[in-house]
Amino acid sequence: MGIELKDVSKTFEVKGRKVEALKPTDLIINDGEIFGLIGFSGAGKSTLLRLINLLERPTTGSITVNGVALDRLSEKELRIKRQKIGMIFQQFNLIESKTVYENIEFVLKASKFDRHQVKSRVAELLELVGLSDKVHSFPGNLSGGQKQRVGIARALANDPEVLLCDEATSALDPDTTKNILKLLRKINKNLGITIVLITHEMEVIKEVADRVGVMSDGEIIETNDVYNIFSHPEHKVTQGFVQDIYDFVIPPHIVETDQSRVITIKFLNENAEANYVNQLYRHFDLEISILNGRIEYINDMPLGFLMLHVQGGSGEIGKLKRFIEESKGIEEAEIYE
Amino acid sequence: MNRLVEISPLLYKALLETTLMVSISIFFAVLIGLPLGILLYITANPLLFKIKPLNAFLGALTNVIRSFPFIILIVAIMPLATWLTNSSHGPVFASVALSIASIPLFARLVETSFNGIDKGVIEASIAGGASLFLIITDVLIPEAKRGITQAITLTIISVVAFSATAGVVGGGGIGDLAIRYGYYRYDTVTMVATVVVLIIIVQLIQIIGDYLSQRQEGR
Repeated sequence: MGIELKDVSKTFEVKGRKVEALKPTDLIINDGEIFGLIGFSGAGKSTLLRLINLLERPTTGSITVNGVALDRLSEKELRIKRQKIGMIFQQFNLIESKTVYENIEFVLKASKFDRHQVKSRVAELLELVGLSDKVHSFPGNLSGGQKQRVGIARALANDPEVLLCDEATSALDPDTTKNILKLLRKINKNLGITIVLITHEMEVIKEVADRVGVMSDGEIIETNDVYNIFSHPEHKVTQGFVQDIYDFVIPPHIVETDQSRVITIKFLNENAEANYVNQLYRHFDLEISILNGRIEYINDMPLGFLMLHVQGGSGEIGKLKRFIEESKGIEEAEIYE
Repeated sequence: MNRLVEISPLLYKALLETTLMVSISIFFAVLIGLPLGILLYITANPLLFKIKPLNAFLGALTNVIRSFPFIILIVAIMPLATWLTNSSHGPVFASVALSIASIPLFARLVETSFNGIDKGVIEASIAGGASLFLIITDVLIPEAKRGITQAITLTIISVVAFSATAGVVGGGGIGDLAIRYGYYRYDTVTMVATVVVLIIIVQLIQIIGDYLSQRQEGR
């Protein structure tokens, strides 16, 4: 189950020129997870997202959502399947001439929802997104965060299996972003809805995603758990995205020689909170001073960094390096710029 | 002043004729022009119901009718008008030509209002699994309501202007009065009076139209 893209590609024709927005791609998104796609604009993430509900038709390949191959459906079957794939947007895309109530009622009409139960269903949805007092407001009178909550309520109206989020927080301020992401988490947990979100902000991924795919130039260049993406980014583009937590600057007055080295240690998982520093002081005949240190929490798992300035014999420094290499759960960090 | 009193029955009759012609033609302009405008829009929109040949055909048809100078259109469709109204002159007879002229005008104005709708809203509706019919009735028309109201206002005013020419087939109306008495007979009082009446009519229509379209804002 879940979402499966097999050999899916998309080529647009722009003024007679062919532009490959998505190179042939295989991707599996598991049932019930929050999968993030990150990339710069033009990387193809928006195209990929729109392929999942066939807003864009793939040039090649097939798309399966919970066991149903979308490209084999008739127009009408696809329409009904889409009611089970909710979508929210960066610009919210609400019907401005309709009230909050009518906006949600609209998608219930689309699914021929029992008319007598529309009212209670809308109330239930607005309760879920925390907007019960705005039921008769027009979108024009709502803040960005409130509009997105309406968007979410609308997307959830027909009990979808999947929720697609197209840069859903990019037009919102940081506080509102956090609240919306919290809401998405809650929806994922309580309703078990699979969420696929695209973003260009690593913060969003860190806050909410379970797994992440990094896109560049129309392909997914790296897929991994969010923690692993942060702790072991492999691709250059990925390293660029996570560099914020790696931005340790070596103080300019420190001159590195054989007897004077700056070493940054990365502590993985629970080791981030363990007491390695004592061991370093105890076991090595070195002058060790701490230059910088921090612990990031990713999906509630710690990822720690400690930047040390070590001075002493070069042999002893070598031993220290070997110790780091051989110890479980710690390693020397590279600095990505 | 005497002359004004003299022409007032004429003016009254002309006013009725104008009202009749405008009412008939605006009725058909909306009845046929609105669906035509919708069709023009959805057959051009890849998200909705893109059929390039149909769109090209409808577009060309619209343009052809709109290209006709109104007086020539009246003459050209005379046989059709005779067949439809079973007469050969009068305001109802003239209304056939007026309707035919205003349908494509209104359709194009409606299409323009639809073009102003945010593409994202339509995309969201499709992603929500709405049918084309529901999108038309619940998204396109409500979202373009303001533009459509303005289109109706503009079309009414254009029909008032066109209707002056309707005199050639005995349509009557205020514009015709201005031409026949004011222009051909050098009757300045009638000319001025009719023009003033026309100005008042156009102003009134515009004010009412603006009021209605403002009210529809509703946010």
